[in-house]
Amino acid sequence: MANASDPRVDARTGTPTTGHEWDGIAELNTPLPRWWLWTFYLCIIWSIAYWIVYPAWPGIAGWTHGMFGWNSRTAVVQDLQELKTMRAAGEAKLSAAKLEDIEKNPELLSIARAQGAAAFANNCAPCHGAGAQGAVGYPNLNDDEWLWGGKLADIQTTLQHGIRWDADKDTRSGAMPAFGKDGTLKADEIKNVAQYVRSLSGLPNEGGADLAKGKKVFADNCAACHGDDGKGNQELGAPNLTDKIWLYGSTTAAIENRVTVGGGGQMPAWGDRLDPTTIKALTVYVHSLGGGK
Amino acid sequence: MDLRIDEKQAGERVSPATLVSGGAAPAEDGALYEARKQIYPQSVTGTFRRIKWIILAVTLGIYYLLPFVRWDRGPGAPNQAVLVDLEHNRFYFFFIEIWPQEVYYITGLMILAALGLFLMNALAGRVWCGYLCPQTVWTDLFLAIERLAEGDRRERMRKDAGPWNVQRVAEKIVKHSLWLAIAWWTGGAWVLYFNDAPTLVRQLATFHAPAIAYIWIGILTGTTYILAGFMREQVCLYMCPWPRIQAALTDENALNVTYRYDRGEPRMSVKKAKAARTLGGPAGDCVDCGQCVAVCPTGVDIRGGLNMGCIQCGLCIDACDNVMRKIGRPERLIAYDTDVNIQRRLAGLENVFKPVRVRTVLYTVLIVGIFALMAGKMFTRADASLAVIHDRNPLFVTLSTGEIRNGYTVRFANMAPKSRHFVLKVEGLPGSRFEVIGEDKNTSGREDLDIGPDQTRETRLLVFSGTAKPQGNSTPLRFVVTDETGKTVATAKDFFRAP
Repeated sequence: MANASDPRVDARTGTPTTGHEWDGIAELNTPLPRWWLWTFYLCIIWSIAYWIVYPAWPGIAGWTHGMFGWNSRTAVVQDLQELKTMRAAGEAKLSAAKLEDIEKNPELLSIARAQGAAAFANNCAPCHGAGAQGAVGYPNLNDDEWLWGGKLADIQTTLQHGIRWDADKDTRSGAMPAFGKDGTLKADEIKNVAQYVRSLSGLPNEGGADLAKGKKVFADNCAACHGDDGKGNQELGAPNLTDKIWLYGSTTAAIENRVTVGGGGQMPAWGDRLDPTTIKALTVYVHSLGGGK
Repeated sequence: MDLRIDEKQAGERVSPATLVSGGAAPAEDGALYEARKQIYPQSVTGTFRRIKWIILAVTLGIYYLLPFVRWDRGPGAPNQAVLVDLEHNRFYFFFIEIWPQEVYYITGLMILAALGLFLMNALAGRVWCGYLCPQTVWTDLFLAIERLAEGDRRERMRKDAGPWNVQRVAEKIVKHSLWLAIAWWTGGAWVLYFNDAPTLVRQLATFHAPAIAYIWIGILTGTTYILAGFMREQVCLYMCPWPRIQAALTDENALNVTYRYDRGEPRMSVKKAKAARTLGGPAGDCVDCGQCVAVCPTGVDIRGGLNMGCIQCGLCIDACDNVMRKIGRPERLIAYDTDVNIQRRLAGLENVFKPVRVRTVLYTVLIVGIFALMAGKMFTRADASLAVIHDRNPLFVTLSTGEIRNGYTVRFANMAPKSRHFVLKVEGLPGSRFEVIGEDKNTSGREDLDIGPDQTRETRLLVFSGTAKPQGNSTPLRFVVTDETGKTVATAKDFFRAP
């Protein structure tokens, strides 16, 4: 054992010191076991091997590519390929199934809803919202009012060809004239017809409009598309004006504005962007949100 | 080494370097490492060795054979008694089946294991380290093989110091082959817990097993071979956190493998001790034969007092007892004892043993309490469950009639091994109705669902306010699932949101 009088040995513990001392506190030297030291050396060797095998060093116009040319982009492509392979079985079933049978089969329904939810988040959520709750001018897809029809086939057609999307010749079209802007209706006529429209769904008459005159204006100008009873026409995308759902709001100002400027929103045709199975899944997803007919 | 023993020494900081027999060899100036001192534990016979053999046979027997035990769970379910079915997210343990959401039972087991360790430690020190730890058990087995192949301590030391020859090479080959065979079988047994054992054994034998099985066998072969064959006491001294933790948990009343220096000191030869005793002078029983150090698997000198390197396996007790019998002195010069008792005997007082202390009682109460809680929960747990998540966005939908609709994602689980028929009802909003997407619309206010054995089914459920006029923007709802007999098997709470 080390001599206790040796200044390089701590008298109390008998452990050698490194000889370093600060204000009387000596640093004990308790070295690592040799195998531990070797693991450090192995880690250094490992890191050097890493530089050689993987892309590591940036250069002026490029970087070192590593022995096998691995890079994260090709890895992502490969992962996506694997994902595709993994989903292939479900995808094939979905592709083969008839649209109206999917919801009756719990397995197909869950595949379609999962795939539809992902596609919805990627493509539809920017306008319709993450939960398809919609916004002013962008329809809520959860409710039971459909501008262009809420049956599976209707939803599929809308997805496929879009709405007022001129690049697609089969697109849904039908625009409301700008009755105020182009001078077809005068200000007091717009005021009367707006209050008449409000009255269709039981909303009170604001500003003392003449509802009888409004009704006349409606019959002459609006009924062609919205119907004599104001219940709308899905062939033309003309909304039902008698219910509680208002795409642009039910206030007097909102309705007068619609009558003045006319027009309607646009939706892209997804048929040339998404594959038919994805459109099928999206159709089922939107239909199963709750408002599907 | 100075073996003067006083009260202080037991509690002093002991560096790993001073643990091995002979104390610290002062490191060369600038040396980056501590050269390892090879330990050649000697074989020994006695009570504690026998206990260790029995524990070794039982624990390894369980480990290697348990995957082959069968347990009939009926058709379609695995018939392996203990199985971690990662593919289907199930854990089977005899009559118990754990689903992923019940993983808190595993947490409970972990808590029980920790408290068990604390209790062991408060009663008799490092029982875990000395007898039960896999590192100890496999090292013991590997040492037995080493002795079988190369001979006992002295022979191994002589051979390792001497030149290489044919016999030595042959012995080493035998030793390492046996080690590798055991290590391989250790890894093999491990993977059997994750797959049907007989099938996997057949696949492994014909090289048709999945790659992951070979990888895991390889990993465990490597760790067993290296940790039990080469690293041995280094694992306890440098890698394992438990010695450090248990040093903080022990107290003066915990039994520990202790050298009774009140009896052993001053050390002297048998002859001198006899002479001293006839003269009435002080004479210790320790003859300084070094047997306690020779048998120690971590190379500790127990006479230096309690220290971190001692795993408290009790082999030095056996070695010392054998010597004491030979020289005609009483056994248990080294024994499970406490420092308190040594001091009491030195002061002429009786021994005291206090296994019942506040902490041991507390540990026991906690162990029994948690076990009872877990068992109670286990045996009364439902065999069906229902989880309901309200749509986050939108919270509610106004329909064209002005009616309010809320959407929910609902997951039913049938945890019974047979197909069942469930009836779902939604309570809390009189006048409301609900629909399940994909099921035929009905107005009966109930939904009938068939769910296969051991399966879950997720679906989307819509609640319509109907004729109800929800008061306020949040009305509590209760989802109730009953089985064929009308018994409520699962319920869930949620809310109906309104503007």
